[in-house]
Amino acid sequence: MNNNLVVSTSPHIHRHESTATIMWAVVIALIPSGIGSVWIFGLSALWVILTGVLSAVVFEVLIQRLRGQEVSVLDGSAVLTGLLLTYNLPPVVPLWIPVVGSFFAIAIVKHAFGGLGRNIFNPALAGRAFLLAAWPTYMTTFHAPYDALTTATPLALLKEGKILNLAEMNLTYGDLFFGGRAGCIGEVCIGLLILGAIFLWVRGVFSLHAPFAFIATLALFSWAFGGTALFSGDWIFAILSGGLILGAFFMATDYVTTPLTLKGQAIFGIGCGLITFVIRKWGGYPEGVSYSILMMNAFTPLIDRYVRPKRY
Amino acid sequence: MTKIDEKKELTEKVSVKNAPLPDTVYISLVQHLGKPNDLLDVGVGDIVKTGQLLAHADALVTSPIHSSVNGKVLKITDWPHPVLGKTKTIVIERDKEAVEEEFVLRSKEEVDGLSIDQLRNIIKDCGIVGMGGATFPSHVKLAPPKPIDSLIINGAECEPYLTSDNRLMVENPKEILEGVCIIAKILNTANVYIAVEDNKPEAIKEFKNQVLDFKLKVLKTQYPQGAEKQLIYSVLKRKVPSGKLPFEVGVVVHNVATAFAIFEAVYKNKPLYERIVTVTGDIFENPGNFKVRIGTPIKDLISIAGPLKKEIKKIIMGGPMMGIAQGTDEVPIIKGSSGVLVLADDEVAEAEEGACIRCGECIKNCPMGLSPALISAAASKGKWDLAKDYGLLDCVECGLCAYSCPVNKNIVQWVKYAKTKIKR
Ligand code: SF4
Ligand code: SF4
Repeated sequence: MNNNLVVSTSPHIHRHESTATIMWAVVIALIPSGIGSVWIFGLSALWVILTGVLSAVVFEVLIQRLRGQEVSVLDGSAVLTGLLLTYNLPPVVPLWIPVVGSFFAIAIVKHAFGGLGRNIFNPALAGRAFLLAAWPTYMTTFHAPYDALTTATPLALLKEGKILNLAEMNLTYGDLFFGGRAGCIGEVCIGLLILGAIFLWVRGVFSLHAPFAFIATLALFSWAFGGTALFSGDWIFAILSGGLILGAFFMATDYVTTPLTLKGQAIFGIGCGLITFVIRKWGGYPEGVSYSILMMNAFTPLIDRYVRPKRY
Repeated sequence: MTKIDEKKELTEKVSVKNAPLPDTVYISLVQHLGKPNDLLDVGVGDIVKTGQLLAHADALVTSPIHSSVNGKVLKITDWPHPVLGKTKTIVIERDKEAVEEEFVLRSKEEVDGLSIDQLRNIIKDCGIVGMGGATFPSHVKLAPPKPIDSLIINGAECEPYLTSDNRLMVENPKEILEGVCIIAKILNTANVYIAVEDNKPEAIKEFKNQVLDFKLKVLKTQYPQGAEKQLIYSVLKRKVPSGKLPFEVGVVVHNVATAFAIFEAVYKNKPLYERIVTVTGDIFENPGNFKVRIGTPIKDLISIAGPLKKEIKKIIMGGPMMGIAQGTDEVPIIKGSSGVLVLADDEVAEAEEGACIRCGECIKNCPMGLSPALISAAASKGKWDLAKDYGLLDCVECGLCAYSCPVNKNIVQWVKYAKTKIKR
């Protein structure tokens, strides 16, 4: 007997967590905000989301086939990339936009760098950046909630300088929190995003170092230097008005493209907060969350090199 | 910290039973860290008695071996060893008629009259080694090169599934404490801690019922607290520098089972020829703790704990985190074997190793503060110096990194491999 004994190195037991369980957990955490968005912006948001996710899956399968790799689409990572990409799009865009975005994200940013785990940049955000550069008009035409009228996002209004505060926009913090404003599909329902983030945090999927550092840094700088006088900035508006919550909790926590250590993640978050503030205040775009994360993605290898865990 | 499913409930309440005496024992010449016992005191065909010296070596760091049964030396041959592949092994066939002799007991007064050198010699001659698994000869550890100020008795037993130390503490607290007295006397320290994790309430209660000259330290359960460096930190908040031994920060650690073996050696003149072994796994109808003769093949133990509910897929000597998977059930129990864990097919999920997704779990969980993901990445590319830079040599192979890795990186395997490469 016993000639089929398995002989392998310790440990002989494992935690019941895999790439798939983690990715699907993140997908599930993002779903409520998507539903909220469809409620707010109408069915066109749903078509954008579905097109983006489906095309991401298709591209993943095709490329893995072409490269002769095992097709790992069931691990949920392509679904997640597609979802995050569409969450960064306006609710009304031609449906080829999410298709092109998914192609760029999956084929170029993810697989040209070697596949899951090796890409330097967050595929969804890089896909969005590409779309924004190539088709700026589509990418910056937003719709008012519960309305077919196009309108500008609160941050864009602020940038134009015509309107200086929330009251002039006819908005309240409550509106911002519950998604009653123009913006990208996945970013507006702050309350539901936070719900999803809590779910992931409790489940141990990510730690809060990067998101908190990101949010705190941006809030601090917006308060100190964002107003007309020193220390008079509306920091709550800064937190709730753009893509910060989506970016901080769901993209600045991406495993592959952010630092390995908790300390490194905090540095990453601080860097994101600073860059976002600089772009919002002085940059050409009203919002800087995605660019800040992409820029910090580029610094991740450097951070990992110098920030080591504390040795025993 | 990742929580590990401990599975101690399978055996923690099962009292120690004597395993039936084996028909044949296989006693390896290598039962300890140090020089193997190359000088044979018996030959093929000799009749031997339980406790009789079989082999020794002419060195300081070594520990003699003794027969664990009355019987006849059948052969001396290469035989599977739980850790070292194959080693020279004395095979003894038990004489089923022979009656085991009692050992001559020493009274408390006699023991009190023994000098420190005499005590150390008894411990050496009885072949006592570290019973927690390290198997370092105890008499050497009882002669630290410089004076120490604290002694820690390790009753943490942090490895999942294993409960042999727990049962020993529950059933023989007095004897353990006598052993601790002897150790404390030899080391000349009054600063003694008995460290037990809080998942062993029964053992803690037993110790509290005794008149203690020592400090009982109840630790929060946390794998791998039983590792010496972790334990020293938990108890004394002292850090042992990389590459150094505990005595350099004034501490010596001994296991509870070693203290018990020292008690038996000193009070009963009894060489180390048996130990308590946890035989466990969901696969068994009757898992438990057994007093087992050294050299008993594990297939005997598997049949004692049976019947089996499923087919065997993996046999592990030791626990699930640090134990060693065996290629055959012929391997014998050695002095450092605290458990035999048997897993069925559905418990052996041999998932393929995936690409690292940089989740950071391994880093978060590493008790030594290393970067396991980067060590294994460096090792898999053959970059040994880089692996060293990430902390390779400080790795205690506790397995927490690989345990928590979602892509099943065989980090410990890479670590072991890289270590052998560097040594060469
Ligand atoms: S096995 Fe080594 S690298 Fe992995 S967690 Fe334990 S000490 Fe750290
Ligand atoms: S736990 Fe595994 S996947 Fe996560 S960083 Fe470590 S090696 Fe990579």
